[in-house]
Amino acid sequence: MSINVLFFARYGETIGLDSLEMEGDFATVDAVRQALVGDPGFDVLNETSLMCARNQEMCSVDEPLEAGDEVAFFPPVTGG
Amino acid sequence: MAIRVQPAPFDPGAEVNAMHAANVGVGAVVSFVGYVRDFNDGHDVAGMFLEHYPGMTEKALAKIAVEAEQRWPLLKLEVLHRIGALEPGEPIVFVAAASAHRQAAFDACAFVMDYLKTRAPFWKKENTPQGPRWVDGRSSDHDAALRWK
Repeated sequence: MSINVLFFARYGETIGLDSLEMEGDFATVDAVRQALVGDPGFDVLNETSLMCARNQEMCSVDEPLEAGDEVAFFPPVTGG
Repeated sequence: MAIRVQPAPFDPGAEVNAMHAANVGVGAVVSFVGYVRDFNDGHDVAGMFLEHYPGMTEKALAKIAVEAEQRWPLLKLEVLHRIGALEPGEPIVFVAAASAHRQAAFDACAFVMDYLKTRAPFWKKENTPQGPRWVDGRSSDHDAALRWK
């Protein structure tokens, strides 16, 4: 299955990417995260304050995924 | 309800006036305006950049607004947030709730701001004399949102 992964704010800057397409079997958002943090360039995704969204809705890392989903990782939000 | 996410500046006074202009049933308008400060967490701030998640930002704000409309008898609700480059002194966020009586408007306005702070995907990057710096999330914002549970 194919998943579109987005990174925002400090995460995007640290990783050096805004988005990437991933191919593989990912049962949950955390499976995507686990696959990425195998590469030291994605260490920032190990932060305990990490937030995530599936198809533009905030979710927990345990959220199940389907093919074609959009997953986003970002630090705590600071708007307002 | 109106949700606007825009790089352009806005006039908070004009926004407040528009809240009751077309509806004489409105007895109360409560508004909140957030401004860019020139100092934060011990740093001088010369300006900032507001990053957001296009698409999700609008959805997240609409979800918060719908929840406010379900909890209080509102006649109108507006949420306006700037994105992009901002200078100290500029309005960054505007929330206004209109209702027949004041309490619903007061509560709805505070609720929307508390939820926006923890659930809307915006990130501030400040320009300081030491260089650009991402603003950290505050646990006090999380605590403020919890009071509406």
